Amino acid sequence: MTSTPISAVVAPREPTIFDLSRPGRCAQAQLPPALAADIPAALRRRRRPLLPEVSELQAVRHYTRLSQLNFSIDTHFYPLGSCTMKYNPRGCNQYAMLPEFLGRHPLAPAVQGQGYLACMHELQEMLKEVTGMQGVSLTPMAGAQGEFAGVAMIRAYHHARGDFERTEVIVPEAAHGTNPATATMCGMKVIEIPCNADGDCDIEALRKVVGPRTAGIMLTNPSTLGVFERHIAELRALVHDAGGLLYYDGANLNAILGKVRPGDMGFDVIHMNLHKTFSTPHGGGGPGAGAVGVAARLLPYLPIPVVGREGDKYRYLEERDLPQSIGRLSGFMGNAGVLLRAYIYMRMIGREGMQRIGEYATLNANYLQARFRQEGFELAYPSRRATHEFILTMKHSARDLGVTAMDFAKRLLDFGYHAPTTYFPLLVPECLLIEPTETEAKEALDGFVGAMVAIKKEAAVDAARLKGAPHTLPVRRLDDVRAAKQLDLIWKPAA
Amino acid sequence: MAFIPHTADDVREMLDTIGVASIEQLFDEIPAALRAGPLTGIPAALSEMQIGRLMSERAARDGRPLNFIGAGAYEHHIPAAVWAITTRGEIYTAYTPYQAEASQGTLQTIYEYQTMIANLTAMEVSNASLYDGASGLAEACLMAVRANRRSKAARILMPRAVNPTYRKCVEAIASNQGLIFEEVPFDPATGQTALDALARFEGEDITAIVIQQPNFFGVLEDVDSLTEWGHAHGALVIAAVNPTSLALLKPPGEWGAKGVDIAVGEGQPLGVPLCSGGPYFGFMATRMEHVRQMPGRIVGRTLDLDGRPGFTLTLQAREQHIRRGKATSNICTNQGLLMTAATIYLAIVGPEGLERVASASMVRTTELASAVSTIPGVHAAFSAPHFHEVLLRLDRPVGPVLDELAAQGIAGGYDASRDYPELGPVLLVCATETKTCDDIETYAKALAAALGAPRAT
Amino acid sequence: MSNNLPAELRYTKTHEWVRRNSDGTVTIGITDHAQHALGDIVFAETPESGRALAAGDACAVVESVKAASDVYSPLAGTVVAGNAALADAPEKINTDPYGEGWLWQLTPADVGAVDALLDAAGYQSVLAESEE
Repeated sequence: MTSTPISAVVAPREPTIFDLSRPGRCAQAQLPPALAADIPAALRRRRRPLLPEVSELQAVRHYTRLSQLNFSIDTHFYPLGSCTMKYNPRGCNQYAMLPEFLGRHPLAPAVQGQGYLACMHELQEMLKEVTGMQGVSLTPMAGAQGEFAGVAMIRAYHHARGDFERTEVIVPEAAHGTNPATATMCGMKVIEIPCNADGDCDIEALRKVVGPRTAGIMLTNPSTLGVFERHIAELRALVHDAGGLLYYDGANLNAILGKVRPGDMGFDVIHMNLHKTFSTPHGGGGPGAGAVGVAARLLPYLPIPVVGREGDKYRYLEERDLPQSIGRLSGFMGNAGVLLRAYIYMRMIGREGMQRIGEYATLNANYLQARFRQEGFELAYPSRRATHEFILTMKHSARDLGVTAMDFAKRLLDFGYHAPTTYFPLLVPECLLIEPTETEAKEALDGFVGAMVAIKKEAAVDAARLKGAPHTLPVRRLDDVRAAKQLDLIWKPAA
Repeated sequence: MAFIPHTADDVREMLDTIGVASIEQLFDEIPAALRAGPLTGIPAALSEMQIGRLMSERAARDGRPLNFIGAGAYEHHIPAAVWAITTRGEIYTAYTPYQAEASQGTLQTIYEYQTMIANLTAMEVSNASLYDGASGLAEACLMAVRANRRSKAARILMPRAVNPTYRKCVEAIASNQGLIFEEVPFDPATGQTALDALARFEGEDITAIVIQQPNFFGVLEDVDSLTEWGHAHGALVIAAVNPTSLALLKPPGEWGAKGVDIAVGEGQPLGVPLCSGGPYFGFMATRMEHVRQMPGRIVGRTLDLDGRPGFTLTLQAREQHIRRGKATSNICTNQGLLMTAATIYLAIVGPEGLERVASASMVRTTELASAVSTIPGVHAAFSAPHFHEVLLRLDRPVGPVLDELAAQGIAGGYDASRDYPELGPVLLVCATETKTCDDIETYAKALAAALGAPRAT
Repeated sequence: MSNNLPAELRYTKTHEWVRRNSDGTVTIGITDHAQHALGDIVFAETPESGRALAAGDACAVVESVKAASDVYSPLAGTVVAGNAALADAPEKINTDPYGEGWLWQLTPADVGAVDALLDAAGYQSVLAESEE
């Protein structure tokens, strides 16, 4: 193993907070009085934990500087397919962070939470309306937990009917990796089916695997291939006739918001990524919120707590109200502060705005797709409309010039654009999955096309420039083989 | 149209470029029968000014009660700088750091966070955080089943003194994969998990044992003996700990002779507001030998093409986007924003500050317990030492007493008799460094009044 | 595309190779094609000695930065040893897939079963099919 000690190389842009630490330094204004606590000797900590000892200013400057090393929606266009990186309105943050909301203890009695609970109840009702489902639970803390809740409800439904044979979940091969991972977490066996050349599910393949062991099918529509599943009615009939249920992965709900409702497509259970469609911030990797919606037959199994209304009073519905619930997925009721932001966003968008979202997200994607076609880029599904996203394939540039989708992605960073999603879906070689969202102006889209055209020209004359990109960011391409083999996961003081 | 920037000219030009006559035409692949009607159930749009007013009214209805509830979420002072920085757009609106070169701020923050968690728990490695403490414990149980290869039973000992909601959450998440949970009772006099009750599992295949410190009652467990019992019986040991308490209490990595195998906990006390239960974050740390069984994101330090140090997500082959059906978990996200707040919180309060927060919380709770102990009909339920929560036994049902306190603007504690009917009417109360001697006096008077007893002095 | 397929080995459709040793045991690894498809291997987990395997059991894992792959036992039998050297040097699977990059040694339940596996030409045609 070749091993260069990290301390012996080029200085970093910003040292770690531990490098700034000096024994005895502290943020005086933040210290409570020193009171002596009486801990039995056997249970007492012997050595203080190694935490940074810095001034308040040092901490503020350090984390402010670190923040400046990031791309973000507030600073950059983020055409990241399947992630719906739209503007996160500041008002949603400000009004979700009113001191009464922040200070409310999760176990405070309902009388000390009628304002908050009213927002949550109205959010449930609005989500029912936009999805066409009969009931909603807000508790799942992320899309993946919403998926888990969905498959667990499907399982609970079959079990409640005495049907224990249904242990298979069908997943199209284009699905996001969470779908099969979730099915496994729910104790199900995953059956994958292929997609055809136009991006629709292979109905014949489905016909072969669906049957008395089918618990359900997990679908994203529009699919991860950026196209609308046109055979949805036929697909629904096949699965329902076999006794299975339909799960809707709401990853791409932004594409059809206000235009098609999953409930009307015949889905029995859905999860919604509130951090995508309803614009709560991604926060550098969470928190999300993955509310679930269900058709009537799954109502008894919703995860708890759900917010109920009796007259003008609101309270949580818990075990005694929903005895068949799949149970609790969090310590309290999920990511309440995220839910407040989604509520505020939906109220600001309103009835008509809700229908405009799907329209303008689709307009922006189709415009970008048309512009790329004009510029000679290769579309993965050229015969199809884009939904809210579409796929370019760089397979010819990879074959002829050795310039891959990853090289385009990294070079885009130098041009001030976050990279599109690369190498997902796995089905399309050298792909870039591009989702502009409705909140981007035409100028931003044109600028992005301009950058891609410039990079394409560069690829023909100076491929090495692309292979070495990015050149202007805080770091250049990182050695992830070294990262995985010489694990350096926590800071240690120099010996 | 809120947040849609297109002018009429833009739309026309864009439609011309696409070659369609209307936006509507872009939806022509969707079968007409499926098209939605007007969304009559959604109210008309509000401006920011209008929603601001509505939310302020809603917030005012909730009020700002004087809070003495803990039970898994704790009110601590949060330095103003924590959320001033955390809500900067570069952090608040960044995506998951898959493009490492454009995410060094997020990645380095995670690396610093991992270091802080590993040091606090005295474990070797930490992940980049999980959803919350309850679901984190479920992930720890699933991880223990993968990591303990000698055990075939997928059977986990779960003390009854562990937070009841955690137990429910673990059951909901982990039982679908066939895990079996065995309850271990607590000693009704001390409130500690009963060591002698472990005898009935002698000689059986036990995959892991969970130890919560302090336990749900705020009581300090004999963690060394429990850890030793687990390891002597071939079980992995999972610690569920309060992070603030670790400034004072022996960290899980030092329990027993060789420390626990997995440490998890609710991260909320580290700079995250109560906010009706979330978003919080769960932390998880383990030994290096189990790192590949750990769920969630992990960041590592490496070098770039120029030999400059930088940070990147690593060990991703464990995760759902690569392993799909065989991943360690379906988890994609960490609670990045909350983990960032906690990192800044720990940087600002430092070891001295955290120790003072823990000590002051413990002392205030002792003062609270002592102030109410003079009220007739109020007794401490358990004899063992506690951290910053105590369980009080009342002489009448707790619900109406809490209603009475609520009417006086006090969130008076958690009615634990809902989860532990065998204990009779019991009230779990908590005071932290945020409570003054006056606050404690106010509480004691109000409780005495609610119980109809003149307070003895 | 790599066509390094030693003629003396046997192969499986799932890209494992098997070598018959003179002492009646067999040695198992992944093919040059497989290591190439995975890229830089950063971790390998091999079965512990004494473990009884059925044919088709997923008993080893090789991990690169971007992928993880189960390795299936081509034969039933008892594990003699896993390749301990891979713990510190998993890259041997890339650099020497048929030599130092071996994964585990097995005492097969039925030595004759080795002959039922693909020969180099058979595996070559499997690769050719997947190319199409």
